[in-house]
Amino acid sequence: MTYEVPTTLAQAIEPPAIDYAAIMPLLVVLGTACVGVLIEAFLPRHQRWPAQVALSVAGIAVAGLTLGLYAGGAGAEGVLTLAGAVAVDRPTLFMWGALLALGLASVLLIADRSVEPGGAFISSAVARAAAGGGPGTSGTAADDRDYGSPDQAPTMQTEVFPFAFFALGGMMAFVSANDLLTMFIALEVLSLPLYLMCGLARRRRLLSQEAAVKYFLLGAFASAFFLYGLALIYGYAGSVRFSDIAEASVGSARSDALLFAGLALLVVGLMFKASVGPFHTWTPDVYQGAPTPVTAFMAACTKVAAFGGILRVLHEAFGDTRWEWRGVLWAVAIASMVIGAVIGLTQTDIKRMVAYSSVAHAGFLLLGAMAITPEGISGTLFYLLAYGFNTIAIFAVISLVRDADGEASHLSQWAGLAKRSPVAAYTMAFLLLGLAGIPLTSGFTAKFAVFSAALADGMAPLVVIALIASAIAAFFYLRVIVLMFFNEPAPDGPAVTIPGAFTTAAITLGVLFTLLLGILPTPALEWAAGGVFVS
Amino acid sequence: MTPTYYLLLSALLFSVGAVGVLVRRNAIVVFMCIELMLNAVNLTLVTFSRINGDLDGQVIALFVMVVAACEVVVGLAIIMSIFRSRRSASIDDANLLKY
Repeated sequence: MTYEVPTTLAQAIEPPAIDYAAIMPLLVVLGTACVGVLIEAFLPRHQRWPAQVALSVAGIAVAGLTLGLYAGGAGAEGVLTLAGAVAVDRPTLFMWGALLALGLASVLLIADRSVEPGGAFISSAVARAAAGGGPGTSGTAADDRDYGSPDQAPTMQTEVFPFAFFALGGMMAFVSANDLLTMFIALEVLSLPLYLMCGLARRRRLLSQEAAVKYFLLGAFASAFFLYGLALIYGYAGSVRFSDIAEASVGSARSDALLFAGLALLVVGLMFKASVGPFHTWTPDVYQGAPTPVTAFMAACTKVAAFGGILRVLHEAFGDTRWEWRGVLWAVAIASMVIGAVIGLTQTDIKRMVAYSSVAHAGFLLLGAMAITPEGISGTLFYLLAYGFNTIAIFAVISLVRDADGEASHLSQWAGLAKRSPVAAYTMAFLLLGLAGIPLTSGFTAKFAVFSAALADGMAPLVVIALIASAIAAFFYLRVIVLMFFNEPAPDGPAVTIPGAFTTAAITLGVLFTLLLGILPTPALEWAAGGVFVS
Repeated sequence: MTPTYYLLLSALLFSVGAVGVLVRRNAIVVFMCIELMLNAVNLTLVTFSRINGDLDGQVIALFVMVVAACEVVVGLAIIMSIFRSRRSASIDDANLLKY
C-alpha cells in the first residue's frame, strides 16, 4: 500500500482560511488565560489578586462584546472555519454566551475574599507542610497561615484564575468542535485545569485532594474510552469530521459493529463529563470535596459544555442512525433520573444532595438531546442556561453558611436557618424551588421546553418517567425548605456570613436569571431557537 | 501480514489497561494503566491509517501523544500533592468522601 506523496511542501500544506471575527470570543478567552499566566510569573504577590480580577472581568467583557457584535451581524445558517474543524452557528453562539455569563458568575465567586478570609484557595502543599501541618491533620490553624508575614492578611493563591480561563476556553472550543479530534483536544483543555482546581481548597485539604485524585483518575479513564471510540469511528468512516461520519453511516462497506462500538465508547466518555446516569460516580465526591466556587463553576459550565458536545455529536454525526442507538440512551436517561432522584433522597450533606440533583437534571437534559428536532436543540439549550444560573446561585448560598470549621454543609446544620438569616433562607428556598421546577421559576419553563420536545419526538414513556422523577426530586428540595423554615435552630448552629460585593453579585445574577427566565422566557427561547447546527 | 492482527493486539492492550485501572490499588499504577489504554488507541489509529490509506490517523496519534504528556504532568502533580499529605499513594486510603 502506498500513500500519495506530495511533491513539494507547499503543495502538502495549504494554510486553512480562518474567520477571525467568528472565533474571536474563543481567542480572547484563551488569550486572557495566557496573560493570566504571565501575571503569575512577573507581578509581585500582593499585586496579583487585583490584577487577575481586573483581567478576568475585562477578558469576559471583551469576549462577550465580540460575541455580541458577531452574533448581531451573523446569519442564521452559521459558518465553518479553521478547515471545517470549528463550527460557529446559532447554537454555538448561544452556548458561548451562556458559558461567558456563567463563567463571569463563577469567576466572581472564585475572586471573593470576604467569605473565606483571604479567599478559598491555596495552591501549595509545601506551604502547608512548612506551616506545621503534618500528615493526618486536616488542619485548620496551620492552613490559615499563608505566605508572607503572620501579621499580614492572608493572600489568596491566584493561579486559579488562569486555570478557570483555560477551562472556559476549552469548554467554548468543545461546544463548537466539528470533528472528533478537535472535540478530544477541547475535552482535555477543559478537564486538566478542572482536575487541578479541585485540589486547591484552603480548608479541608485532604478532602479536596482526594476529590482531585478521584476526578483525575476517573476523568482520564473516561477520556481513554472517548479516544478509543474516536479511533473505531475513524476506522469505520475514514474521517473524524461529523458530516463525513453521517455520510458513511448511511452507506459504508465497513462493518456496523465498528460504528456502534465506537459510538458506545464515545458516548461513555461524553456522559462521564456530563455526569449522566451510571457514569456519575465521581460527581458527589468531587462536588463535595472541591472548593465551593469551583464546584459552582464545574456544575454549571461543564454541564453546558458537555451537553453542547453531546447535542452536536448526536445531531450531526449520528442523527441518521438514531433508531439504532436511541434504545440504549433511553436506558441511560432512565438510570440517570432514577439514580439522581432516589439516591438524592438519602443524602445528608447539602453539596452531595445538589450533586445527585445534577445527576437527575442530566437525565432530563438527555431527553432533550435525544430528540433529533430543532425543538430538541432549543429546549436543551434553554435548560442549560436556566440550570446553570440556578445551580451557581445555590452553591454561592451554600458557601455562605459557615461555622468555625468552614462551610456547614451537613443538612442538620441548616435547621432553622430562616430564624437566623431570613434573606439567605428565602433566597435558598427560591433557588431550590427553581431546581424542582415550580412555575414562575426558570426550572419550570426549561422542563416544559425539554419534555414537550421529547414528547413530540415520540418519547412519551420517557416523559412520564421524567415527571415521576421530578416529583421524587422535588421531595428532597422541599425537605431542605421545611428544615430551614419550620425547625428550631441548634444553639451552636452555623452563622450566615455577610457576603462581599462579588458573591452578592453572583447570587443576584443567579436569582435574577432564575426569576426572569421563569416569567419572561420568550426572548431566551427565541435566541435558543435561532438556528440549527451547521455541518 | 494483515493489519487486523494489530487491531486485535490494540484491543487486547486496551482491555489490559482497563482491567488494570479497575483492579490495581496504587494511584501511579492505575495511571500507568490509563497511559497503556491511550497507547493502545494510538496503535489502533495508526493501523486504521494504514488500512484507509490516508495520514489522518497518524496525525491524530501525534495529538494523542501530546495530550498524554500533558495528562502525565497534571496527574503526577495531583498524586504528588496527595502523597505529601498522606504518605500513601493507595487509592483505597483515599476514602473520606462517601455517602
